[in-house]
Amino acid sequence: MNPQLTNPRADEIDAILKRLPFAQTLGMRCEVLGDEMTAILPFQEKLIGNVAIRALHGGAIASFLELTAMLQVFLISDMPRPPKPINLTIDYLRQGHAKDLYARAYVLKMGRRMASVRAEAWQENRAEPVTALMAHFLVAAE
Amino acid sequence: MNDKPKQQYDIAAIMNENINVMRDVVPWANETRFRVTKVEKGHVFGVQPWEAHLVGDLETGVIHGGVITTFLDNLCGMACTSAMTEMRFVATIDLRIDYMRPAEKGRDIIGEAECYHLTRTVCFTRAWAYHETRDKLIATAAGTFAINKARLGGGSRK
Repeated sequence: MNPQLTNPRADEIDAILKRLPFAQTLGMRCEVLGDEMTAILPFQEKLIGNVAIRALHGGAIASFLELTAMLQVFLISDMPRPPKPINLTIDYLRQGHAKDLYARAYVLKMGRRMASVRAEAWQENRAEPVTALMAHFLVAAE
Repeated sequence: MNDKPKQQYDIAAIMNENINVMRDVVPWANETRFRVTKVEKGHVFGVQPWEAHLVGDLETGVIHGGVITTFLDNLCGMACTSAMTEMRFVATIDLRIDYMRPAEKGRDIIGEAECYHLTRTVCFTRAWAYHETRDKLIATAAGTFAINKARLGGGSRK
């Protein structure tokens, strides 16, 4: 429980991350201020994909971005549980170095059935994203 | 009019011989625990086992989509290398994943990737993930990969 959190959903996001085995495997966490959320993936050796150039694995970055996008939809909605992904496109823009990674997601459209979300991950410089993701989620319960 | 024909290698055969090494040298692949089962020229097969630490949905116990992304991304990249005649590594440019149906809890996921076109600089791939057959898909992927330049003086280009 973080007393600074202004969004009651923030505690739920914290709880989801703690309960979700895959989020724990990745080792990610989220900081929420109002409706804004920054996801943090601290660097760990296990996230490496290429030992020779010490680059983060694209799959680890994609997993991190997918979770960030999913949680952002959850944060701004009143859904009982996080939405299910329909599809996603990942653009690998730059090499992910052996350093912490940050991400933010923007819900471009929150529809009744679907949500369109864009997410970006960066390291030192937010203006130079490492990876960008575009995803669609199913938000209707049905 | 080249003086010497360029040396050609059966990269797929080399990869088949080193099938376990290919995954063991990738820390994140060790974490998600997939296995490469077969390599043919331009075609790679693998298995992603269900593991408790990969669960992404607590109600259903299904593994997270990110695991499937990692799995298919890796298989696609290997399919690119296997399609070549000299050893080159590739970097993902972009990858699209479509999730058709959730994977079932406790079951292995079979993955299959194909490099269907190769230029001097880019590889085009597609991949499938399923439990039994490709008629009942869990996910599909389409990815493009950039071919890295040969290093250490090997494999000079025409």
